Amino acid sequence: MSTQTTQALSGANGAQVNLAPVISWLAALRYPAIGITTLLALWWLGGYVVANDPDMWAFANFAPAPTFSALYDLVASGDIWPTIVSSLYRVLIGLFWGVVIGVPVGVLIGYVGTAMKIANVPFQFLRMISPLAWMPIAVLAFATWDAAIIFLLVMATVWPIMFSTAHGVRRIDPNWFKVAKNLGASGPQMLRRIILPAIMTDVMAGIRLAVGVAWVVLVPAEYLGVTSGLGYAINDARDTLAYDTLAAIVLVIGLIGYGLDTICGLLIKRFNWHVE
Amino acid sequence: MGATISLDYITHRFSRGAAPTLEKIENRIEPGEMVALIGRSGCGKSTLLHMLAGLLIPSEGCVRVNGHQVSRPSAKWNMMFQKASLYPWMSVRENAALGLLFSGMAKTEAFSRVDELLEMLGLHDKRDVNVQSLSGGQQQRVALARSLATDPEILLLDEPFSALDAFTRTALQEEVPAICRDLDITMVIVTHDIDEAIAMADRVMIMSQNPGRIVGELDVELPWPRRHMDAGFQSLRDQLMTQFKDTDDGLAGRKAITETTDDDAENAA
Repeated sequence: MSTQTTQALSGANGAQVNLAPVISWLAALRYPAIGITTLLALWWLGGYVVANDPDMWAFANFAPAPTFSALYDLVASGDIWPTIVSSLYRVLIGLFWGVVIGVPVGVLIGYVGTAMKIANVPFQFLRMISPLAWMPIAVLAFATWDAAIIFLLVMATVWPIMFSTAHGVRRIDPNWFKVAKNLGASGPQMLRRIILPAIMTDVMAGIRLAVGVAWVVLVPAEYLGVTSGLGYAINDARDTLAYDTLAAIVLVIGLIGYGLDTICGLLIKRFNWHVE
Repeated sequence: MGATISLDYITHRFSRGAAPTLEKIENRIEPGEMVALIGRSGCGKSTLLHMLAGLLIPSEGCVRVNGHQVSRPSAKWNMMFQKASLYPWMSVRENAALGLLFSGMAKTEAFSRVDELLEMLGLHDKRDVNVQSLSGGQQQRVALARSLATDPEILLLDEPFSALDAFTRTALQEEVPAICRDLDITMVIVTHDIDEAIAMADRVMIMSQNPGRIVGELDVELPWPRRHMDAGFQSLRDQLMTQFKDTDDGLAGRKAITETTDDDAENAA
């Protein structure tokens, strides 16, 4: 019997339905499924241990069952959506400024050797400072809590984007510049048609790193005065001892973070011009 | 219409006070003429070609095209490099049309113009594929189409076929001069391959090393297409080899005499 025959079923009208793509998709999912199942099993085990420990039973709501129940309530009531929107808004605005500052400066320090020599030490110094360390300064410098949080997110996102962009520019084949100049490219044409497409994969890789850092920094940053967002929701749940809601929000943070990273991965794939 | 190139006493140093890489180069290349520059690696022939392209400005003297001093690159004198240096995020067509797009031409017009060139170079069926999927020879053909698309007066070739296999190289050695003759383009090729120089040029210039100077010339008056096994081809190769060797020996001898004289002067001191 041929493989095609084994992987095909007759439809209601007798037409052959090819199951090969479905089978290959399911096969690709088996390893992630093992990982997720293991994580859930460990979580459940942890919850069981906590629930049966007389000193820790108060935290039993961190277990999977209460968490999923709280998550269902949050989604069903619609309470979670404004929280998610607030956080995503801050991250996207932070990321926007990170790109607006990081990409041009990255192009400059990558293209002009002297600019890199001048900027490298101060930028490496600033990069090593935790974005959260800027919190007191941000509170003093900005009129609103939102602006302060966005500033912290910019401080988190600008460095990976800037250095990844600069790295991309330095990797550009010098002959590409030579050929473009020879063909009469002006400065803006060189930027638009040669430099930006050449570095797009590196820029996207920088944005992917930046999204990861921003999402991590977001939660502690949202402890800062605001009354919306996932960080605020975690703080609020802790204060009200609603540990099931707290765990549900942690789950939401992880899911959205994973989703953002997946989108970035797809964009990198989209802009990657290397033929495999 | 091909252009006249004048090399007016070109001397070049890469840094102030350094020994000259090129010294007092003077020559004239007529419209539509095809000239090969040969010499040992590092003699400055690529440097000279970059000056013709306006990618490098000589320390002294100047390059003139149709009497105008060359001070910047232009799509009217295009250069092809050893590597095709195509843009891997673009299709064959987009690469070939790049010079036209830089000049402000609309995309559809630029594409229809390069389609004719791609047809001429046997790449019409590949026009929408990514350049990374092409062979080395096909990539060099795309680079040629890109250089020809802007209707250049001069085509400058910097060892463009040295990385290709023998079959492709031989084919392009025939095709490129034929295209230049058809389109009346002045061509200058830099090569260290004597056979390539004879196969492609009307005139071969021999360059010496340290500093780079034009120390010999040979007119190639063979019919097209040129066959490597023809008696005339082989005779020219022998003449060129002899001239090259004489020049080399002469320079080596002159250098030895200069060094001896310097040593004597030092001893005397």
